[in-house]
Order: sequence, then structure tokens, then C-alpha cells
Amino acid sequence: MSSMVHSDPASLRGLRLGAPQTMGAFRLVPVLRDSAPGDLRIAKTTYDAYGAVRLEGTPGSSGLHYMSYIPHGLVVSHTEDGTQASFGTSLGQTKPRSVMLHHRMVKGLEPGEGGEKRFRMLPLHLAMEGFLALHFRGPEILWKEYSDEAVRRGLDPRIERSTRGAWISGLEEALRIFEIHEQQVGVLVFVADTLATVFVVSHPDDYRALHLSLLEDFFGDLVATYALLYPEALSLEGGIDPGSITDLDHLAREVDRVRAELVSTTELLADGLFSRAVREERVRDAGRFELRRFYPDFDPNEECHIGERILRDDGTVEYMKTFRLSGAQVRRAYLLSKLADAEWNLDRAAASLGTTKVELAKRLSNAGFGYLVKPHVLRGA
Amino acid sequence: MSLHPVPSAKDRVAREDLLLFVNACFACTGQREFYGDGHGQSISLDFLHRYVVANYRDLYAEVLALGVNHANQAMIVRNLLATGRDVRAESRARENALVTRALHTLPTHRAMHLLEDLAKRGVNNRRTRALTKAYLERPETRDFLAVKYRRSFRRAAVHAHVPFAGELKPFLLRGWKERRFTTPLFETYRQAHYADAALYGLPYTVAEGLAQKRGVRRDVFLARIAPMLTAHERMRLAETREAAGLEADVDWSRQPLVRIASYLLSLSPVERAAREAEMSRAFALSAARAARRTAASYGRVVAVLDRSFSSSGSREKRNRPLAAALGVSRFLRATSREYTALWTSAPLRGLSADEELHLAPRGTTDLTTPILAALRLRPDMLVVVSDGYDNDPQGLAGQVAEAGARLLPECFVLHLNPVYDSETYAPKVLSKALPTLGLRDAEDVPTLVALGRFAAVGGSFVALEHELDLRVNVFLGGSI
Repeated sequence: MSSMVHSDPASLRGLRLGAPQTMGAFRLVPVLRDSAPGDLRIAKTTYDAYGAVRLEGTPGSSGLHYMSYIPHGLVVSHTEDGTQASFGTSLGQTKPRSVMLHHRMVKGLEPGEGGEKRFRMLPLHLAMEGFLALHFRGPEILWKEYSDEAVRRGLDPRIERSTRGAWISGLEEALRIFEIHEQQVGVLVFVADTLATVFVVSHPDDYRALHLSLLEDFFGDLVATYALLYPEALSLEGGIDPGSITDLDHLAREVDRVRAELVSTTELLADGLFSRAVREERVRDAGRFELRRFYPDFDPNEECHIGERILRDDGTVEYMKTFRLSGAQVRRAYLLSKLADAEWNLDRAAASLGTTKVELAKRLSNAGFGYLVKPHVLRGA
Repeated sequence: MSLHPVPSAKDRVAREDLLLFVNACFACTGQREFYGDGHGQSISLDFLHRYVVANYRDLYAEVLALGVNHANQAMIVRNLLATGRDVRAESRARENALVTRALHTLPTHRAMHLLEDLAKRGVNNRRTRALTKAYLERPETRDFLAVKYRRSFRRAAVHAHVPFAGELKPFLLRGWKERRFTTPLFETYRQAHYADAALYGLPYTVAEGLAQKRGVRRDVFLARIAPMLTAHERMRLAETREAAGLEADVDWSRQPLVRIASYLLSLSPVERAAREAEMSRAFALSAARAARRTAASYGRVVAVLDRSFSSSGSREKRNRPLAAALGVSRFLRATSREYTALWTSAPLRGLSADEELHLAPRGTTDLTTPILAALRLRPDMLVVVSDGYDNDPQGLAGQVAEAGARLLPECFVLHLNPVYDSETYAPKVLSKALPTLGLRDAEDVPTLVALGRFAAVGGSFVALEHELDLRVNVFLGGSI
């Protein structure tokens, strides 16, 4: 079912941006949808537990697992014929437990009461798992420099760190005082004018219900650091000069200009996500909707956002969630992709990076992949 | 008050300080707001009080006459009494009169807590003692106060050396263990410890505790205590009584506008729809009464009113900013020849009186659009009621309002703010070029409009003092 495609930059087709609201280091920009048909609804189901997600194999068998704290999942209900999907159908009370076992990142559910189709997904974990699984199997050709460990187990276990939203200084207050727009279906979260995450759902009521779930989502190191280091986001307002206004129509035009400028400034700030081509993987086909996860080319000099989205067949974004990778994370992915491009041949990879084999081995080691190569390679022997 | 010509810079500083202070006194109660926490608020307010009492003592006392909120009136009285030695000899009589009048016009519980607070802080001087004595010993309220506020009463009385005259001594020292009282209320209090029937002759708050102790059923208690309830208690208990299957029995039309609005906002949408007629009538009668009393009358008025999510206030001041805006809208509707209410996140044609009954705090603060629409109506007066945080887009509303005020010089633009910002010691302004005033009650609007005009045209200090003088005379003219 899944297949990899190159695709145009992730965009917010069918949506428009509202005026940003600033609070401390945070700038929250509402994403507005003028009319939501209501045939796709998203609700939250709470786990609040560590989760182990089986990625392959059948229930009961051992196999590849994704382990993380998983506070909640999203239940997506959709209809085929464009009628209203019901909202807020619960999955029944799950018992509190210390580790939840999930089967697959995205899993079909029984149809809802109104006959609409439903599936459950683990937000962001879906994208993160895709990121962690990149080149997970390790070298395909047994070059002599690779350690036995690398040959036997690949990159297993692959670990990345992230910070829970509630632990990011100031985010809770920023979300509390944020005023939700009537047509709002999503939000762009900037920390110190860097895009931290994009969160979009399909219906304004769903957004209202999920607004605070951002606190339970996870964010990259970079976001947590910026939130601590930058006390105030800069003011974007160009504003108008009250003294130079000649009449009321002039005033109205000036107001429109300021609004337009705010939108274009926001778009400029979010350029790191929306201007770069991405690789996309189709994860689930759901009639007129399609769930995909995406990641960009891992270039250490650029902002890298991984994410997932649901698109309607006309390209309208019905759901989107992204994660900003930190510099170290991008470097790791960059090195792995370079190695994979060179068919894991260290010499060729080093040449493509314009460096030597020993240097490359050191860089791998610094990035946390030292266990992949034999010790003598690291020593430069 | 003696006036000397003073340099204009000093004049201006004094005027700004005073406006700042009056603003704070209207809006701040030291409680949590949507954007600011309670601790910061009380520290900020406390500082402001200390500053003003030290620098403008005469004016500080006169603020008591302006109708500022009770929390601030109590603070002013307390600070004046605590720093009594600083009063100038020629101002002493007037200050005494103001303090006495203020203490006697405060709600009883505020006054009693004020007296207790003075004892706690160790403020003990001849004036404080005399004032306490006079307040506690008023024959028509003495017994009632002693029963209802027994602990505060005793503490204040002991502190101020008020003699335990008559049966006060056995009552305050032995209480219900005394064998018999001849004072009827004291006797009822004693009997209530032994007999259910006597409970219903006591003030509600005292009876409630005893009823609990005696295991009286809640609904029986609420039904029988009804005649003893004060107007406030009746209002507070409206829902409890309804839950117990009793008639709420509150005449909302006798309440001030903002209080009706607060109650209305506490109702669910279904309840609001069911009681629309009753609430509508209450608003109309209350507004008509306020219009008569204040004799306010305006021409073409447009109000831009903030109903954004932040108008939900805080846990301590639930929906307070929205209630204040609703109250102002009702007041202006009753006192203007032509009135349009432009709410945020609402149609720009303006809402009718009945539509206003169904508002809830929701949406962003887009003041820019309604202000633009308001300017196109070319009103005589444009009143903006908002907490001063506009965010759709941020900071633009003030510039638009300022430009509007320049384009339409005949239109008076006033910003009323029900929320105190502890960082700036004042309600947050939309634009520095426009007068921003703290808002407490809708009935204060005429005072605020007068103050606002004064602040806007940069009126002289003499004029302000004259205005204050008038209000003080009215304040003192009433019987104590």
C-alpha cells in the first residue's frame, strides 16, 4: 500500500492565514477555513501512557516496535458521499495502564454509528516513525568497515529525543490566552520567529476541542531551547500613521494593507516548510481522502520539518501536523542518506561529502552512529 | 481646599498621577484577570496607593467620593487612618468627614473586615478608635453586627477599646453558654443552639452554620430562612434555592446593570432563552432608573464592544469584562438618542437589545473592523469597551481609533477598560492619544465621560479639583 513519491512543497491549499497573536516567545497564527463540509471529523482518544506500537508481524509475535510516551491518538471519521460525519464517538474507556500496546500507527476501526468509516492514528508518531525508520536496516552491502553489530541489527535501536509541549516554557500560557477564531481549523506555532509546528484539522469544532492537545504533543530540542532563550517575539506590526490619513476610505485601505502585510510576513517566516519539495509516503487510502507522511531532503543548512497530512482528492488539506527537526537530527539523517546514496560505501560517501573516510567515520561517531563502523576505522588505521 | 498656582509641569504630573490612580481604583480589585495574576495585581495596586497617599493626600481622600470600587474605598480608608499623622491641620476635618462617610456607605461586610484589618495591622490611634466606636455602637445595628460578625466585632472592639456595654460582655465572652439574654437577637442566638425554630430569627450566615450543626435539612432550612435573607444573599442563593425546588425570588430589575449582566452570563444558553423576557425587562427597568438618576443624555452614540474569549475574565472574575461591556451597552442604549452596538465577532449592522442577551465570550479581538464601521456612522460619541488587548491584528485598533478621532473632530472617542494591567499601573490603553478609563459599573459612565473629556482636552488641575469638589460635596451631603 505504501509508496514513496516526490511531491511539491507541503502547502495549505484551501486555507488562509489569520492575524498572529503574540505571547512571550510564541507567535500563534490561526489557520482559517471558510467552509468546512464536515465529511471528515477528527477527535481525540486519550491514552496517557507509554506506548509500544507493533510495526510489523501479527499480534502476539515479536517484531519491530516503536516505543514512546503516547498521550493520545486521533480518531478520523469520514464519509464517502460527502454527508456529515458524526463527531466525538468514543472508543470506549481504556483502562489505565503503564504501557499501552498499539497495533500499527494507523489502524482501521469499526464503522461509526452513522455508517462512516473510521481509523485511528497516532499523531506525529506516524511521522516520527517514518523518520526513524529511514535506512533502518543498515548497510545493504557488507563492506568490511562495518561492525558486526551494524551488519546484524542495522540501526536498531534508533532513538530520538523530544520535549513534551507542557514542558516548553511559556507554551501553556500562550495557548491559554490565545483567542480561537470562529473559522479556525489550525495554527502555526512560531517560537522566536522559527516555525515550530503546524497543526491543522478539518473542522472548526474539532480544532476548538483539540487546541490544548498541543500541550501533549512533542516538540524538538530547538523549540524548547528557543522558548527559554527568547523572552519576546518581535512585533511584526508595521501599522498605520494616524496623522497621515485623509479620509475614512483611505483608512480602510490602510487597514487592508496592514492585514495583507501580516499574512505575507507570516508566509515568509513559514517558508522553511512551505517552499521546499518533500518526499511523501502514502500511508492510508480512505476513499476521497489520503493520509500521507512526508519529509524533506535533509540539508543541514535548511530548516527541516517532517510531518503527516490528510488530503482531499482536490488537494485541500484536511489534516496536517509537523515536527521541526533539530540541527543534530538533520545531520544524522543527512549522513545516513549520503551513505545510502553511496550504497553504504564509506569511500564513495566521503568523496560525495568532500571529505576523507576517517573524517566521515568521525562525523558518524559524533552523530551517535559510532557503533556502525569497526573501531580501527574510527582510529584512522 | 487651598490652591496655589504651581508650575505646569508639576501640574501635568499631578494630573496624570491622579488619573492613573482613579483608573486603577475603578478597575482593579487585586484579583486575577485573564492576562494577569492576582498577586501581581495586588502588589501593583498597593504600590500605587502608597505613592498617592504620600504625595497627594487631599486628592487621595477625595477619590472616595468618585464611586470607585469597594475594595479600593476600603484600602483608601485604611491607608488614611494608618498614616493619620501626615494629615495637614487644615484638611483634617474634611478628611475625617470623607473617611466617616465612606465607612458608613461601604457594604457592612466590607466595613467590618476593614475594621478587623485595622486591628490586624495594629493601626491604633485616636481617630481610628473613635471611628470604630461610632460604627460599632450605632444602636440600630449594634446587636445585628455583634451576632453576624461576632469574631470581627470582638476583635475590632477590643482593639479600639470600645466598652462592652450592656449585654455585649456576656454575649462576646460567654456566647450561647450564657443562661439568658434580654436582648432579643442575642436570646435568639442562644436559643438557636437548642431549638430549630429559633434558627429562623437569625441572620442567614449565622443560621446556616448552626443549621448544619443541628442537622436541619437543606431545603427546609432554605425555605424557612427566606424572610431573613438580604438582597445580596437572595441573589447569591438564587440557584441553590432553585435546585432545592424553591422559587428564586430575586427581583433582578432592582439590581445595577452589570450585576444583572453577570447573572445573565452565568446562565446556560437554554436557560437564557427561557428567561429572555424576564432578563430583558430587568435590564430595561434598571437602565431607565440609572438614566433617571444620572440625568445623562447623549446624542448619536456608537459603542464598540469586546466579546472576545478574553472577556471571559478569570476564575475569580468570571465573565466580568463581558458583563461590564453588556452593562455599558444597556446604559448607553437607555441614555442616547440614537444608539448602535457593534460587538466583535458579530454582524456589523449592530445588535438589538434582545440579541445582546445571548452573547458569550468567544472569538478573537478584532476591534479594527467594528471601529471602522462605527466611524462611518459619524457618531457624536464613540465608546470602545475592551480590555485593551486587540489581536486581530495586534495593536491596529488603537491606531484606527486615533485616526478616526482626527478625521472626525466632532466625535468624542473614549476607551473604557474593565481590566487593570498590573505592569503599567493602569488599564491597558488602545492608543496613547485617546483617553482610557477604568470601568466598574455601567452607571459610572457619565462620570467617566466627564473625566475622559477632561483628560482628552488636557483640562487644568484647577478644573479637576473643582470637579472633585462638587462630587465630594454631593458625597458628603447625604445623611450618614
